[in-house]
Amino acid sequence: MAVIQHTPHEDLPPPVSQTGVIGWLRQNLFSSWLNSLLTLLAAYIVWKTLMPLIDWAFIKADWIGTSREDCSSGGACWVFVSVRFKQFMYGLYPEAEQWRINLMAILFVLLMIPMFIKNFPWKKWLGMFILFGFPIIGYYLLSGGAFGLEHIETSLWGGLTLTLVLAAVGIVAALPLGILLALGRRSKMPIVRALSVAFIELWRGVPLITVLFMASVMLPLFLPEGAQFDKLLRALIGIVLFQSAYMAEVVRGGLQAIPKGQYEAAEALGLSYWKSMGLIILPQALKLVIPGIVNTFIALFKDTTLVLIIGLFDLLAMIQSATQDTKWLGFSIEGYVFAAVTFWIFCFGMSRYSQALERKLHTGH
Amino acid sequence: MPMDNQDQMPSRPPLWNDPDKRALIFQVIVLAAVFAFFAYIFSNTLHNLEKRGISTGFDFLNNEAGFGILMSLIPYDETYTFGRTFLVGLLNTLLVSFLGIILATILGFIIGVARLSNNWLIAKIATVYIETFRNIPLLLQILFWYFAMLPLLPHPRQSVNFSDAFFLNSRGLYLPAPVFESAFLWVLIALFVAIIAVVFLVRWAHKRQAATGQPFHTFWVSLAILVTLPAVAYVVTGMPLNWNLPELKGFNFRGGMTIIPELAALLLALSIYTAAFIAEIVRSGIQAVSHGQTEAAYALGLRPAKTLQLVIIPQAMRVIIPQLTSQYLNLTKNSSLAAAVGYPDLVAVFAGTTLNQTGQAVEIIFMTMMVYLTISLLISLFMNWYNNKMALVER
Amino acid sequence: MNHKAVISATALAAAMTFSTASHAGATLDAVKEKGHVQCGVTTGLAGFSQSNDKGVWTGIDVDMCRAVAAAVFGDAGKVKFTPLTAKERFTALQSGEIDMLSRNTTWTLTRDSNLGLNFAGVNYYDGQGFLVSKDLGVKSATELDGAAICIQAGTTTELNLADYFRSKGMKYTPITFDRSEETIKAFEAGRCDVLTSDQSQLYALRIQLAKPESAIVLPEVVSKEPLGPVVRNGDEDWFKIVRWSLSAMLNAEELGISSANIDDLKESSTNPNVRRLIGLEGIKGQGLGLPDDWAYSIVKQVGNYSEVFERNVGKGSALGISRGLNALWADGGIQYAPPIR
Repeated sequence: MAVIQHTPHEDLPPPVSQTGVIGWLRQNLFSSWLNSLLTLLAAYIVWKTLMPLIDWAFIKADWIGTSREDCSSGGACWVFVSVRFKQFMYGLYPEAEQWRINLMAILFVLLMIPMFIKNFPWKKWLGMFILFGFPIIGYYLLSGGAFGLEHIETSLWGGLTLTLVLAAVGIVAALPLGILLALGRRSKMPIVRALSVAFIELWRGVPLITVLFMASVMLPLFLPEGAQFDKLLRALIGIVLFQSAYMAEVVRGGLQAIPKGQYEAAEALGLSYWKSMGLIILPQALKLVIPGIVNTFIALFKDTTLVLIIGLFDLLAMIQSATQDTKWLGFSIEGYVFAAVTFWIFCFGMSRYSQALERKLHTGH
Repeated sequence: MPMDNQDQMPSRPPLWNDPDKRALIFQVIVLAAVFAFFAYIFSNTLHNLEKRGISTGFDFLNNEAGFGILMSLIPYDETYTFGRTFLVGLLNTLLVSFLGIILATILGFIIGVARLSNNWLIAKIATVYIETFRNIPLLLQILFWYFAMLPLLPHPRQSVNFSDAFFLNSRGLYLPAPVFESAFLWVLIALFVAIIAVVFLVRWAHKRQAATGQPFHTFWVSLAILVTLPAVAYVVTGMPLNWNLPELKGFNFRGGMTIIPELAALLLALSIYTAAFIAEIVRSGIQAVSHGQTEAAYALGLRPAKTLQLVIIPQAMRVIIPQLTSQYLNLTKNSSLAAAVGYPDLVAVFAGTTLNQTGQAVEIIFMTMMVYLTISLLISLFMNWYNNKMALVER
Repeated sequence: MNHKAVISATALAAAMTFSTASHAGATLDAVKEKGHVQCGVTTGLAGFSQSNDKGVWTGIDVDMCRAVAAAVFGDAGKVKFTPLTAKERFTALQSGEIDMLSRNTTWTLTRDSNLGLNFAGVNYYDGQGFLVSKDLGVKSATELDGAAICIQAGTTTELNLADYFRSKGMKYTPITFDRSEETIKAFEAGRCDVLTSDQSQLYALRIQLAKPESAIVLPEVVSKEPLGPVVRNGDEDWFKIVRWSLSAMLNAEELGISSANIDDLKESSTNPNVRRLIGLEGIKGQGLGLPDDWAYSIVKQVGNYSEVFERNVGKGSALGISRGLNALWADGGIQYAPPIR
């Protein structure tokens, strides 16, 4: 008698409808009739908007040329952008001196590379240098007037260069101010606290455009007779005041996240207020708020476009004035799209960076 | 106190070693410095204004403005005063902020929920939307909607016509305007009564459910009350509502209501931009409610819709609302970009034209900033109150 | 350290690096010291002040500034330009950021009396007009009842427009923009039926249309717009330098002196008027605190009024505006300069 041995049948493969492409489609796009309907509708809309867009921006577009006659294909005329590209980047900065801007950009990138290397030992010092040393080098490179460099007036600065200068100076100068304000807001001294709160809430409560108006129209009235500021500097003062209030709130978030034990430990060691803040609390708090600082930087970077309204020529203003060139009338859409793409690349890149940082900092907990 | 001081009189510590006194002195110095700073600025300003022969004070508010304004919610023409231009601008700012908040909230919630959808395509579209619009400067978006889209609209004589009551052209969207006769007041009273009735009904239903466990479906009954009562009043008083239709006369449409392109472009840009941020807030709010809550609700036998309504949304709202407030504030402040496309908001009219015509920069910028500050503080106060009300009561 | 102190300290430190001191009482000294005239102009208006893609400024207002630089330094190149919006222009002048404002600014009582300004003369007699699209079929401004009108904010135009329509009992919808470039964009897009501005600006803006011939300027002129260079109140010396720089250009045209023939005339002319202007006899630049050849430098380097006009806004330019009111008094216009003697 043969022993009937039960050998279980091999597992059947999951039904085709659950795996592979079909399974994925069924699960993610057509899981119910309502979902299927939505998918089809969405696909139709995407198709209807994306196709003409691609057609306009790439397939039918003109890329090479020197004048508007070279734009004959009926699509986007990128010739307009390429002809004006230098102006969009450097503004009216004299062509012979534009190497200075390039040098500065290269220097910055070179300085930033070690910051992304995981085990680079002098990160802290390099970071300090980028924050406080580099702006001085940058100032002399851009403005000149020393070291044999020709002085370039700020009214000639423009384009993307100006946008970046405004945003970078805004953040770097606002950081120390913001730290002081954040400390002031958490201070035990009622008057200091009240003043800090008032300062922060005042600037956070008003739109940047009124701050810029104030800086450009009212600031000259505040100064003693005879003293006056450069227009760019006035805008910068407005931006820094405005930004320091936002920065203070970001830093405050970091200060609040430091456990109370750290404060108590610092006090128990007999450290003075400034020492305990400078050596114990702030180093930890600032590390925590780096993503927040990057986020405020993104917001500021976008907001710098407002200087157009007070007559400074940032990237957007430069593009706008280029669209009014009688030789290139009717290409505003190309100009706006170029501006949008440029801003988008910067902002998206930075926001990805800040998200990555956030994830990295979270692993410690 | 150090030990070696013990042979001396155990007196109070010197002034600079007493933290309380030191703090006091420091604060006095700070206060004095701030005062000195303001006094310095103030005297400089006064001196400069006097030297340059610029008039000061708020008397200019009573002078005749002499210029026209595109859109006004209150009666205005060029014979009104500069003070009136302030009001006109303020109301226009409030209007665009209010409409923008509503639109951005609706759009933001839809996109935020879509981002979490099981449907891959829908979720991706929502992601692309969010990443695109929040990474492009708002001013650029406003300019784009206005200057790039405006030329695509037809001239008034070639308007897009919807059943002779709605017209769309480069001058705006023209709608029929309601004209209320005095008897329409009764309809409003009826509506008011209906609302009160519904409030009482809902309260009664809640009480009964709490006491006896019997649910009462208030929705349909409420709707019936809300519709019938005003409708009856409307018919009884002889239909005291007419429509004023827009009509092409001369160059432009006359009559009806208009949504001007400036308002439309600003509103579109503001709500699309802010919605991208709100969507992210909504997503993080919903994700903050742990899945265990849903499972617990299912275990209790709640249906999905009820789960969402009674369990998920109330908890998500706690996370969402504080962040939503700051977005509303941002939107209100961002509405000041109206100047770029000529929408007559407070900054464009008052801090723009009025400032130019009077030259009184200090007074005007001060007033403008105060308005935004007040709006900000009011919204913050309201939201704090709401937050406290909604805050988790731990038992 | 408190934050206010930080702000003022930063501000002061920055002021030292960025600012150039100016003494409101002695603009000429300050100008001489820094070596150039700082001149406020528009952010871009064809024919008046406009910078090309190399950053070089041209225009009738720009030439006014260059004339002053030529008078002061004998070098028309010693001038720097600050582009200003309509909103900023007066503050910039009042605060000393610029030495003179030459930004198609209308001379009015309010501005002369309430804003601490001093108008040094009129370099362009303008008047407000209307630009309409041809297919509208309008022949006169009186047919504009109910029109939508594009207009630049914060200008006298805005007030004149309101006055004109009120006096004619007509209604209009004003659509105001911060900058003139935006008004023409909106006009082109069909947002408004009419664009109103100073007539010179209308011609300048019209060439920005895709089809300039599709729009016409209506015959009506509804206001007086004397445009001219402006200086701060309280510095008579500087005021006179600017006034006489303008007069020198007008006198040169009247005497038939141009940049082309001035060197010949310097050698050969026996006309005492010509010799006085060139600085060969008479009072010369003394009273103004200027070099003897101040007027010579202006005409030699910038040109006489006619040259400046034709080159920037007249027949020699894209605008093609005729002299009209801006012709010399002897030719039926109203440009009339006090004599140099």
